[in-house]
Amino acid sequence: MADPLLEIRDLSVTFDTARGPVHAVKHVSWSVGPGEVLAILGESGSGKSVSSSAVLDLIDMPPGRIDSGEILFEGRNILEMSKAERRRLNGRRIAMIFQDPLSHLNPVWTVGWQVEETMVLHGTPRAEAKAETLRLLAKVGIPDPAAAAEKYPHQFSGGQRQRLMIAMALALKPDVLIADEPTTALDVTVQAQILGLLEELQKETGMALVIITHDLGVVAEIAQRVVVMSKGEIVEAGSAAEVYRNPQHPYTRRLIAAAPGKGEIRAEAEPPAPVLSLQNVSKKYGAFTALHGISYQLGEGETLAIVGESGSGKSTTARLLLRLEEASGGRALYRGRDLFAMPPKELHAMRRDIQMVFQDPTQSLNPRMTVFQLISEGWAIHPGIVEKSRWKARVAELLREVGLSEEHMHRHPHQFSGGQRQRIAIARALALEPRIIVCDEAVSALDVQVQAQVIELLARLRASHGLSYIFIAHDLPVVRDFADRVLVMQGGRIVEQGSVQQIFEAPREAYTRALLAASLDPDPEVQARRRAARKREAGAAPPSAASAPAPSHRSAPASPAARPARCGRRNPAAAPPHPPAPPPPAHRRGRRPGTRSPAAPCRPRRGSAPRSPRSRPSATAPAASA
Amino acid sequence: MSDLHPVSGSRRDPGAPGPLLRLLKMLWADKPATCAALFLLLVVLCAVFGPMLLDAVASKQNLRGRNAPPFDLSQPWVMWLGGDQLGRPLLARIVTAASNTMAIATGAVLASMTIGTALGLAAGWSRGRLGQAIPRLADVIMSFPSLLLAVIVLYMLEPSVGNIILVLAITRIPVYLRTARAEVLEVRERMFVQAAIVMGASVPRIVFRHILPVILPTLVTIATLDFAFVMLAESALSFLGIGIQPPEVTWGLMVAQGRPYLTTAWGLSFWPGLAIILTTLSLNLLSNWMRIALDPAQRWRLETGGKKNG
Repeated sequence: MADPLLEIRDLSVTFDTARGPVHAVKHVSWSVGPGEVLAILGESGSGKSVSSSAVLDLIDMPPGRIDSGEILFEGRNILEMSKAERRRLNGRRIAMIFQDPLSHLNPVWTVGWQVEETMVLHGTPRAEAKAETLRLLAKVGIPDPAAAAEKYPHQFSGGQRQRLMIAMALALKPDVLIADEPTTALDVTVQAQILGLLEELQKETGMALVIITHDLGVVAEIAQRVVVMSKGEIVEAGSAAEVYRNPQHPYTRRLIAAAPGKGEIRAEAEPPAPVLSLQNVSKKYGAFTALHGISYQLGEGETLAIVGESGSGKSTTARLLLRLEEASGGRALYRGRDLFAMPPKELHAMRRDIQMVFQDPTQSLNPRMTVFQLISEGWAIHPGIVEKSRWKARVAELLREVGLSEEHMHRHPHQFSGGQRQRIAIARALALEPRIIVCDEAVSALDVQVQAQVIELLARLRASHGLSYIFIAHDLPVVRDFADRVLVMQGGRIVEQGSVQQIFEAPREAYTRALLAASLDPDPEVQARRRAARKREAGAAPPSAASAPAPSHRSAPASPAARPARCGRRNPAAAPPHPPAPPPPAHRRGRRPGTRSPAAPCRPRRGSAPRSPRSRPSATAPAASA
Repeated sequence: MSDLHPVSGSRRDPGAPGPLLRLLKMLWADKPATCAALFLLLVVLCAVFGPMLLDAVASKQNLRGRNAPPFDLSQPWVMWLGGDQLGRPLLARIVTAASNTMAIATGAVLASMTIGTALGLAAGWSRGRLGQAIPRLADVIMSFPSLLLAVIVLYMLEPSVGNIILVLAITRIPVYLRTARAEVLEVRERMFVQAAIVMGASVPRIVFRHILPVILPTLVTIATLDFAFVMLAESALSFLGIGIQPPEVTWGLMVAQGRPYLTTAWGLSFWPGLAIILTTLSLNLLSNWMRIALDPAQRWRLETGGKKNG
C-alpha cells in the first residue's frame, strides 16, 4: 500500500452535554490510501460518523471538541489549517455523500444548477461547469442529462437523488470520497445499483472511498478493508474477508452472528386452517391504484412475510386490514366475518384480536405517557381483559416477558433505546391478547444485533401464545429464518407466493430472483462470487473493471468447498463454476460509463439473479423507485 | 446552580420524593422561574385579599396629597409610591386594582383558550363539514377589528367585568382555534395516534388522552402571552370609556387616567404600568419553565439542576 492519502491518528472527540461530557470517539486511528475502499462499520451510537465529520469540519464546536489526535491529508495536519484552507479542501479534495439525499439537496434550485454551483464555488467558469454537469449526470446514470439538469430534486426517485449527490461529490474530482450510509434509505435493488456505481467510479478515478455503514453486506460487497467501531472505539480492523472469517473481538463476532438469514429455514408444515383470508382486495387513491385486487390467506399460528420494495403496496394491505384506511374493494374474512364491512361495535371487539407493531417505536409510543400507561391503555379501552387491581402486576409480567424489567414501568419512552422501545410496543400489542399481530417493518429501523433479538422474541412469543404474524419487510434475509410463507409484492400486485424454502431456493419469478440477488450477503466471499458470476454472465466484462487492480481476496473466487457451512443453505446452483453466459442485454452494458442507454437507465443491473442458471436478464424488474 | 439539589435519577426510583416536592425542586432549578412564581403568588394574594384590607384606604381622597411624589418616606407606607390625581395612595390602589385586572385577564384568557381549543380540536379531527365550518368561524371573527367589535358590544350591553371578559374572550378565540387545529392536523398523523386507533380507542380518548397533552404546551405558551395582550386591551377599552367604570379600578384604567399628568407626575401611569409588565414577564418565565417541566423528554434539564433551560 502506498502512503495513506487520509490518515486519522489517535483522534478523540468529546461532546459537552448538560449530562456531562460524552466521549463520542476515543483514540481512533484509521487511514485510507488512493484507490482503496475502507468501510467503517458500527451500530448506531458507535461513533462511526464522528471521525469523518471531523475530517470535513462538520462537528459543531462547541458543544463538540477535539481532545487529541491529528488528521493528516497528504501528510498535512488539517486540524491546524485555517478555516479558509479547510473550505478549499472540502468538496474539491475531500467530498462527502449522505444517507438522505433529499434533505441535502436544496428544493428550490434545479439539480443542474446545484451541481454547477459546487464547481463554480471552486472557481470553474459557469459555461464550463454547465458542460461538465451534463457529462457527470450521464456518468452517474441519470437518463437524458440535459432535461434532468432542469428538474428539481423532488422530481427524482430516491435512488436517482443519491446518484445526483454522487455527481455533485464527484464534480471536482475529489481524492477522497466519504459516503455516510449512502444506501441505507434505499430499496435493496437500488442499493445494489448505487454500490455498483460507487465501485465503478472509484475504480475509474482512483479515488479513496470511505464508506460508513451499519450493514455487513455493504462491507462485503464493496470494501477491501474494514474498521469495526463500538462505543467510540475501534475494536477491530483488517481486510474485509479476514475480519469476517476470523473475527477477533467478541463484539465483531456477535455482530457477524446476528446477521439475518443464517439460521435454519422453518420446516414446512401442513397448511393450517386459515384464520384470515383476503379476497380480491383493492385500494385506489384517486386515479392511482395502490392495490390491484390481491388475495391471500393467513393460517392459524402461521407467519406470513410480505416482502416488497417501497411503493409495492405491502404496507397498504396492513393498513386496510386494521381499518386505518378503507379498502376500495374486496373482502377480508376473519373467522367468517368481513373485516371491511363490520359495524363499529363488532369492529371495536375485533381490534383486540388483530394488533400491530409499527416500524418506528419512537413514533408509535406516545412520548408523554409512561410505559405503564402505554401498556395498560388497552385494558381501559377493552374492559374485561384484566381487572384494574391487577394492572400493575400484569404490566410487570408483560415487561418481563418481552425482556424488560418491572422497574421500567414508570419511565417514559425516550429513556429507552430503540430496541427496548420496540419491546415495549410488542408488550403493548400483547396486552390485548391478540390472535394476529401485524408487524409493519417492525425491525427495519433497528441495529442488526437488536434486530436479531427482537425477531427471536417474536418467534418465542409465537410459540408460547399461538400467535399468527403478518410480517412486512423490505429485506428478504430478515424473513428467511422466521417466516413460514413469503409473499412477494410489486406495484400493488402479488408477484409470487410460496413457502420460505421455495421462495429462497427455487424462486419462480424474475422479480423474486432480482430481490434475492440484490440483498447483500455479509460474507465477502459470497459477494465476490456473486460479482464474478455477474461479470461472467454479462459476457465480456468491461475492460476497465477487469484491468483494475484488485486485492487477491476478491479477484479469485474461492472454491465453493471453502465455505460449506455458509454456502450449504444456498442453492447449490448459486455459484456455478461456469454459468451459461447469455449475450449481454442492452441495459447490462450500462456498467460501462458512457454507453448507458438512455431508454433503460435505471434498471437494476443485478436485476436478474446471476447465480441461477435459470435466470434470465430481467426486463420485468424495473426498480420500483427508479 | 449545579451544587444545589443533585436530584438526577430521582425519577428512576419512584416513591422516593413526592410529586409536589419534585415539582418544587424542578422549579428551584430554574431561578428566574422561581422569582416569577413568587411574584405571581404575591399578585394573586393582592387580588384576593387586597380589596378586603385596603379598600377604604385606597378610595380615601386627600386633596392635599394630589399627585404626591413617590419615595416620600415620611408618609405612611401606602403613600410610598405617591398619590394619584385625587390624592389617593397609589400603592393601595395598585393592590386593590389587582383584583379586577386579574379577574378580567384570567377570565378572558381561560374562556378563550377553552373555547378556542375545543373548537380547534373538533376542527382538526373532523374531516367532514365541521372541519370546514369551524375555521371559517375564526375567519369571520378575525375579519372584524377587535376594538370595533368590543365597542359595539359594550355599547349595547352594560360595561361590566363580565361583559368585558366576554368581549375580550370572543376576540381572542381564533388564536387558539387556529393553533390547535394546525397542531391536531399534524399530530393526528403520528404513529402513536394510529396505534391508539388500532387498539380500538374511542375518538374522545384519542383526542383528549393522546392529542391534547401533546399540543397543550404550545397553547399554554400562547395563553401567557395573551395574558399581557388582554390586560392592555382592557386598558384600551377603559381609555375609550367603555371598559371598567370608576370608581372600580384596574391597572389599565390607572395607566389611562394618569396620562394627562405624565409631564408633572409620572408615577401615576408608571407604577400600574410596571405592575402589568412584571406580571406578564413573570407569566412568560413561568410558562417557559412549565413547557419543559411538562415534557417528559425535556424534564431532565430541570431535574439534573444543571444547565439553564434553552
